[in-house]
Amino acid sequence: MKPIFPTTLLLVEDSPGDVRLTQEAFRDANQDVHLHVAWDGTEAMAFLNRQGANLNAPRPDLILLDLNLPKMDGREVLARIKEDENLKTIPTVILTTSEAEADIDQSYRLKANCYLNKPVELESFEALVKSINDFWLTKVKLPQQRQVG
Amino acid sequence: MNGEHVKTILLVEDNAGDVRLTQEAFRDANKTVDLRAVSDGVAAIAFLKREGIYVDAPRPDLILLDLNLPKMGGHEVLAFIKNDDGLKMIPTVVLSCSDAEADIVKSYQLQANCYLTKPGLLDAFETLVKSMSDFWLTTAELPRQRQIA
Repeated sequence: MKPIFPTTLLLVEDSPGDVRLTQEAFRDANQDVHLHVAWDGTEAMAFLNRQGANLNAPRPDLILLDLNLPKMDGREVLARIKEDENLKTIPTVILTTSEAEADIDQSYRLKANCYLNKPVELESFEALVKSINDFWLTKVKLPQQRQVG
Repeated sequence: MNGEHVKTILLVEDNAGDVRLTQEAFRDANKTVDLRAVSDGVAAIAFLKREGIYVDAPRPDLILLDLNLPKMGGHEVLAFIKNDDGLKMIPTVVLSCSDAEADIVKSYQLQANCYLTKPGLLDAFETLVKSMSDFWLTTAELPRQRQIA
């Protein structure tokens, strides 16, 4: 059964260039993706908890989370998502330039579903977005549970 | 620092045919992996905890877990792994015949890293194993910590 809804992604990323590239790469890979952007950790939590201007925010099917973010760090966002009974089932993929062992291990300990290293070169970045689409949005069964709370 | 070591995969699967097909799919995908298979949940825990005949078992880099298993079910094995401080970091991929939403959501609640449905057709099964191994063994960064804490 194909999902009836388009796939909703939340990208938590503070670099406008990376946001733009991710949007373009998903547009090329999959027309049925609705990509929402949160520019810092606080905004990401407000989106997920439907606070303030996010009252009608959709529940994302997948979260792409950078680690180094203003206001609230990606590690903190990850910890909050995975401690929340309602949000913890949303697969959360770390997408960061950091290759540090400490960041990889800490992210898995904080229950990241997967850790991906953001390549610097444009073509590699596009290939990575394509493989996220091909694996997470095509092969993986995501939880379809739509309601929040 | 870690260099390239051969990745160890623990396959928890009671169907001998599926074990064979998984081995062959890895071989066809040209992946040099050290694939270890156990056929029930109790053996999976013993392997991971290095108990009994598994005293010299390697720490897996990735776990492929079926849900319907004799002795101890896959959800129980998953809960054990994700509640154990030494094991929780190991990415655990559920690979099950079940397409039931309840099984999918419960697996994510128990912190499965991702959920894949085993297709019935041989070709589709091979394709799935190939894309799973491409993604997890090539694209994703796996935890670096090698020792069991």
